[in-house]
Amino acid sequence: MGLPMMMERSSNNNNVAELSRVAVSDTHGEDSPYFAGWKAYDENPYHESHNPSGVIQMGLAENQVSFDLLETYLEKKNPEGSMWGSKGAPGFRENALFQDYHGLTSFRQAMASFMEQIRGGKARFDPDRIVLTAGATAANELLTFILADPNDALLVPTPYYPGFDRDLRWRTGVKIVPIHCDSSNHFQITPEALESAYQTARDANIRVRGVLITNPSNPLGATVQKKVLEDLLDFSVRKNIHLVSDEIYSGSVFHASEFTSVAEIVENIDDVSVKERVHIVYSLSKDLGLPGFRVGTIYSYNDNVVRTARRMSSFTLVSSQTQHMLASMLSDEEFTEKYIRINRERLRKRYETIVEGLKKTGIECLKGNAGLFCWMNLGFLLDNKTKEGELELWDVILKELKLNISPGSSCHCLEFGWFRVCFANMSEKTLDIALKRIHEFMDRRRRF
Amino acid sequence: MTRTETNRSRSSNSNSENSRDGGGGTTGMRIIVPLQGVVQGRGGLFLGSVIPCAFFYFFQFYLKRNRKNESDNSGEQNSSASTPNSVSNSGFPDPTRSQSAGHLTELTGLPRSLSRILLSPRHSGGAVSVSGRVNSVIKGGDSPYYVGQKRVEEDPYDELGNPDGVIQLGLAQNNKLSLDDWVLENPKEAISDGLSICGIASYEPSDGLMELKMVVAGFMTEATKNSVSFDPSQLVLTSGASSAIEILSFCLADSGNAFLVPTPCSPGYDRDVKWRTGVDIIHVPCRSADNFNISMVVLDRAFYQAKKRGVRIRGIIISNPSNPMGSLLSRENLYALLDFARERNIHIISNEIFAGSVHHEEDGEFVSMAEIVDTEENIDRERVHIVYDLSKDLSFPGLRSAAIYSFNESVLSASRKLTTLSPVSSPTQHLLISAISKPKFVQRFVNSNRQRLQSTYTLLVKGLKDLGIECTRSNGGFYCWADMRGLMSSYSEKGEIELWNKLLNIGKINVIPGSCCHCIEPGWFRFCFSNLSESDVPVVMNRIRKVCETCKSQN
Repeated sequence: MGLPMMMERSSNNNNVAELSRVAVSDTHGEDSPYFAGWKAYDENPYHESHNPSGVIQMGLAENQVSFDLLETYLEKKNPEGSMWGSKGAPGFRENALFQDYHGLTSFRQAMASFMEQIRGGKARFDPDRIVLTAGATAANELLTFILADPNDALLVPTPYYPGFDRDLRWRTGVKIVPIHCDSSNHFQITPEALESAYQTARDANIRVRGVLITNPSNPLGATVQKKVLEDLLDFSVRKNIHLVSDEIYSGSVFHASEFTSVAEIVENIDDVSVKERVHIVYSLSKDLGLPGFRVGTIYSYNDNVVRTARRMSSFTLVSSQTQHMLASMLSDEEFTEKYIRINRERLRKRYETIVEGLKKTGIECLKGNAGLFCWMNLGFLLDNKTKEGELELWDVILKELKLNISPGSSCHCLEFGWFRVCFANMSEKTLDIALKRIHEFMDRRRRF
Repeated sequence: MTRTETNRSRSSNSNSENSRDGGGGTTGMRIIVPLQGVVQGRGGLFLGSVIPCAFFYFFQFYLKRNRKNESDNSGEQNSSASTPNSVSNSGFPDPTRSQSAGHLTELTGLPRSLSRILLSPRHSGGAVSVSGRVNSVIKGGDSPYYVGQKRVEEDPYDELGNPDGVIQLGLAQNNKLSLDDWVLENPKEAISDGLSICGIASYEPSDGLMELKMVVAGFMTEATKNSVSFDPSQLVLTSGASSAIEILSFCLADSGNAFLVPTPCSPGYDRDVKWRTGVDIIHVPCRSADNFNISMVVLDRAFYQAKKRGVRIRGIIISNPSNPMGSLLSRENLYALLDFARERNIHIISNEIFAGSVHHEEDGEFVSMAEIVDTEENIDRERVHIVYDLSKDLSFPGLRSAAIYSFNESVLSASRKLTTLSPVSSPTQHLLISAISKPKFVQRFVNSNRQRLQSTYTLLVKGLKDLGIECTRSNGGFYCWADMRGLMSSYSEKGEIELWNKLLNIGKINVIPGSCCHCIEPGWFRFCFSNLSESDVPVVMNRIRKVCETCKSQN
């Protein structure tokens, strides 16, 4: 950078124009087991009748349990042409118009109202503070671009979603410094762990710009306690950094009362210098099970951030067709209330099914109360409580049991033997089959 | 106005810097001369060079330290100020705000690294800081591009509802012939062939469904009148041309590198290429005397000037049909550009988003860069990357679907991964697949699109000519590049902005001044005619006539 480079006029044609460091780096993280398991699934996917011995995908956090509710709603309320808004075909004209990075007002209002509903009205959301992005992935990356400069760091509690390695670091040049959590206190963030992470960064001469948490947590499948949130906010104020809360699973908490959003904490604070450091990421991919739609948002209490994010969202806008399609659905409070309630119920049931099923085979899970997955402890099966040991076991589970689950090490968990198991992206029957395979595996192991 | 304020503060700061440097220099000279007199021969030569060098370096060090202390102080000043929001809410400097806030906004004109220091208070208790990027984004909000846009949003023209509103001539928005006809004929298909939501809701490859790629490839092939056959597997779909250009910038250049961009160019490049990547743009000015064609001599000069300054050029970005002129690059020109890229071992990004909107072909045909490299060796094909945008050709701007076409497998591989951050929405993909794959519809649509662009263009150009305003010959795209130098009060950037202001506030039309397109000659304006219906043109002409009269009476 800035150094004189000798670029001779080359007469020979053996020089291929090189690519950038970003292009050739592996910071996209797609070589990790997290993604490798997906490949195995793609090559041999389970199918009830066509391929009953195929790989069951339990590494993808997708919500298919409440699809029927969406389908019914869309078909009943919206016969042909509805996808363009209530006006039918003529509404298309508005659709195709220049995509304003402000997003359709009706859709932003619908999102704000939906987010309020999920939090049981305990926090208000101003539609003008909502910035739309093509998915939460883009929202997290965009926030990172805005809050941090290259070579700065974000503190992220472990274990965390493997995608963060890409979303937060790849193009932004920002580092992740982990806040280590362990099972001694159910992986909750402690003030000591926070300080320690901060100090680690300072010792390495790295400037910390913020803390990024996922609440409810992925992969733990548990909500963050209110006390912890308050501690985090205090910490952010003391160190004068940002606090980003990725609440993408907020609608998937089994009991609404057990979820505290950082928005609730901020709601009662008047001091702008405190509020301004809080930002929330949300998406419809998990709660509504519409990942393909790519609808994400950044909600910020900081005017500067909102303004910048809005302009930068030019790179990752949500199509107006999608916004129209969902605007009326999301602002239909009767429907959303019903959906949220039933979705929570079904997820809870699924969770209980899998946890009970695992318990019967002697496997314990972390006590969870949210999300599309459970955090399973197979530490007792490891001969070596090391990363290699864990990956060996993961490989066995993939190859022998044909189950694709995610190893804790790919989530940067320092305690080895934990695995994330998704349960919402399959039918109940398939879940049963998966449990059966685990049961048989455990039986076999016990015999030896 | 805002701009002049920032300009003024910028120049006064640089003045003081200059005087400081000048002072250091002359003192140095006074020391060297007597020294050389004292020590003769090689020793003298040695001392004569070392001492001033040492002096120079120590002086710079001293300056740097002092500058840092200054900025630390002002940083602390900012944070200790009681206003929690030390950057104004509206993004415009507000003269009524507290002194420290005023100080901060003044300084947004300074180089990025300095402002980054200023934005980061050294102690807690102050407003939390954001990244250096934020500054350039917010500063950009003062440009005519955004100001005009805002005015249109606040007071949009409507033939019946708001006949005195601001007419949008700034943006490429092709909304006259939309999919309405098709949708009315095929309402069921409009909802993606009755596919249940199940089929379109799950995760799909982020770089687009193969079916859609095939359709897009077909469309691109048609735009070149079948002289090139585009391979769908070399396509990466993303949510807009901005994203496509940004992705390519990330893939082809490192932070601190630069692209050569012939100007005038699209105002969007400043954002797409620079905002988040840390990559810079080096403008290569084209002149009206050359009809704004790219001069290889000027290109060469720009390349070597950059090299001398230590800036590594990674590629050149061309647009064909060009924005804002709307001209088609000739085959010779394209070959020359490829030679240029080959000799310097750099990439070419060919922005062909208006390839399907060619409306006048009498003086030449559209030739895609893909056709030029068709017969070249692999090594050269791999340096060419094409950007295409469905939205421009099909009036689907809201649907956000553009494409990168490359012959370089590594670029494709990296781009594919990057599209997770800017993918095309699934229902949109399905809609496009069903819409575009009806060949009869596509044929009809493309033809009527071209005819309409042609007639509106002709009307507009004639209207402008009647007012004494000439335009360059435009063959494709949605823009007229108009010579309004005769209407300026002074031949300068200031004169251009004044005229732009008049057009916006008196004429109530939003046009893009040449400075937004980085045109080196003031007085040129970009008119976008894709929004206009035939009946709108006389209205626009009347508005401009009013402005012309105002200008003439003032001059």
